[in-house]
Amino acid sequence: MKKSFKLSIVLLLALTVVLAGCGNNKNNANSGESANAGSSGNTASNVKIGLVTDVGGVNDKSFNQSAWEGLSAVEGAKTEYLQSTKADDYETNLNKFVKGGYDLTWGIGMDLGDAVGKVASENADAKLAIIDATVDQPNVKSVTFSENEGSFLVGVVAGLMTKTNKIGFVGGTEIPVIKRFEAGFQAGIQAVNPNAQLLVNYTGAFDKPDLGKTAAATFYDNGADIVFQAAGGTGTGVFNEATARVKSGQKVWVIGVDKDQSLEFGDEVTLTSMVKRVDEAVKRVSQEVIDGTFKGGSEVLGLKENGVGIADTSSKNVPADVLAKVEEYKQKIISGEITVPSEPAK
Amino acid sequence: MSKILKLFSGSGAISIIAIVLGLIVGAVVMLIGGYEPLLAYKSLFSQVFGNTYDFGETLREITPLILTGFAFAFAARAGLFNIGGEGQFIVGMTAASVIGIKVHGLPIYIHAPLAVIAGGLFGGIWAALVGYLKAKRGVNEVITSIMLNWIALYLANFIVRHFLLMEGKQRSEDILPTASVSFPWLSDLMDSARIHWGMLIAVLCSVFFYYFMWKTKQGFELRAVGNNPNAAQYAGMNVGRNVVKAMFISGIFAGLAGAFQILGVFHYQSIMSGSPGTGFDGIAVGLIGMNNPFGILLGALLFGTLTYGSAGMSFGAGVPPELIRIVIGSIIFFIAAQGIVRGIIKPFYFKRKKEKVL
Repeated sequence: MKKSFKLSIVLLLALTVVLAGCGNNKNNANSGESANAGSSGNTASNVKIGLVTDVGGVNDKSFNQSAWEGLSAVEGAKTEYLQSTKADDYETNLNKFVKGGYDLTWGIGMDLGDAVGKVASENADAKLAIIDATVDQPNVKSVTFSENEGSFLVGVVAGLMTKTNKIGFVGGTEIPVIKRFEAGFQAGIQAVNPNAQLLVNYTGAFDKPDLGKTAAATFYDNGADIVFQAAGGTGTGVFNEATARVKSGQKVWVIGVDKDQSLEFGDEVTLTSMVKRVDEAVKRVSQEVIDGTFKGGSEVLGLKENGVGIADTSSKNVPADVLAKVEEYKQKIISGEITVPSEPAK
Repeated sequence: MSKILKLFSGSGAISIIAIVLGLIVGAVVMLIGGYEPLLAYKSLFSQVFGNTYDFGETLREITPLILTGFAFAFAARAGLFNIGGEGQFIVGMTAASVIGIKVHGLPIYIHAPLAVIAGGLFGGIWAALVGYLKAKRGVNEVITSIMLNWIALYLANFIVRHFLLMEGKQRSEDILPTASVSFPWLSDLMDSARIHWGMLIAVLCSVFFYYFMWKTKQGFELRAVGNNPNAAQYAGMNVGRNVVKAMFISGIFAGLAGAFQILGVFHYQSIMSGSPGTGFDGIAVGLIGMNNPFGILLGALLFGTLTYGSAGMSFGAGVPPELIRIVIGSIIFFIAAQGIVRGIIKPFYFKRKKEKVL
């Protein structure tokens, strides 16, 4: 016992020396709280904006990433993010920013709704904002999207372009947000091609590509030629399956979600994407804080506000007459002539 | 007291050396990744001890780890590899939620303990199932407990979705205030950190663990079965009953951890897309603590501090959270692979012996 105690002290000392050496080598540039992985933007002004992701993390190729890209593009503020590894972290991560004197703290995703509400009520002076959930507090800006309107447009594309009259939909979990995707998609197909059949599969997870792959394979085997995925990371599997089939000569398509996914998975399989402009919303609300015009409350971004829509690169695979039709429906939705349902018809 | 110290003898030093080695490996990895280890470790500690809020939240992080660590260690003492702490944890959560939400009209001093006990009890039954299959049919406990983890996860989601769901949300309704085990005045003192009674119970559990395992006849039987089931049987002990008992008590610990997460931290249960992972972390904590109750208290302290401090590392020094998992992973690696640590110590011992010879 004595020997080992002495030994551990020796080792501790050795560690201190090693670490001190390490520190000195690199201790010239950074001092204090400037982080390299989690921060960007120029530090000209004193405005600090923080962002807390849900468990997806900032590299989820979906809305967390989109939100962080939007925030990174904000000029004139110091921006930083914290990733949550489990639900316990939401509150502490939000508090880290709020108690750290940040001017605005973002919570990304509906899972953070309760935590944002609690932190906001405990810190009445702090400003917070949230995507995909509505928090009823005077100091919180809630941003939600009319996913059904954007999905309607990709539904029009799918309805006009299907050759087999069978179209698939792969959803993550059965939650109201994803239900809106399905409802809009269904209505869009119905509007242009009443004979087309929509096959629906909820995989129950946003982070299981293998489930997405299986779901897509089942659809394609049953004769579907277009699959719309609204399933986050699970959707990666849908793309993998489609890519494999395209390589072996079968003609199948995937419709991407949240971001322009043709940039990620290629034009050979990506017909178009239902883009949700989380980045624009994050950028705009953050800018309001810098300009001093921030106000709490909730807003719903649809086609009219350019919060959702189809990807700009769609013209590569979608013929002009179909796109003209899409534009026509877009105007009808904006003018209020068509109301897109937010619950799927059964 | 000297006996308690004896339990550590040797193993304690190895743990400390393993931790130090783990921190060094972590520092090297951070250096390779272009981060500053010294700044990172500094921000880790300031994240944990910087202010009362963070300190309280660290305690909150540690509490379930202690209990799931006990769940692993208790079974391990009886020679069982309880990898199902995760499932027992989830079952405990769900049972506590059901009692906390559905049972009305009880005063707080009955309702809250009832919900806690329900969580522990159902966690125990969930684990006893594994023990029963092992005792009666010889089914390997690793297989059954892993499978029961998944069953628990989807069963919990089913129960929340169909019986407890809050309209339009992905979570259950809030538990009734009478079922809460939060510690309001301490919480206020700590800047509304989510402190609850679980910490106290966890520490009491360590005393129970020690007393039961080393001071009672039943504990002796459990350890005998763990050391050599054949010899235990020859000595007239009922091996099957001891296996079930060990799993039951082990499951109670994990179930309690789950119950406190619901009743003390969240006050509602979410529909989970994946396992929360606390039960698996408990395995690591059990290994760090060398399956000793007081070692586990320290192990959970270390594990919880590192986990909670990782946010500080990414905040203060820009180190990605993945890297701190590498640090934790290497600490566990060095503890699990004791031979390596002994090998490193050896030269020092040899030197001394040589001196004596000369």
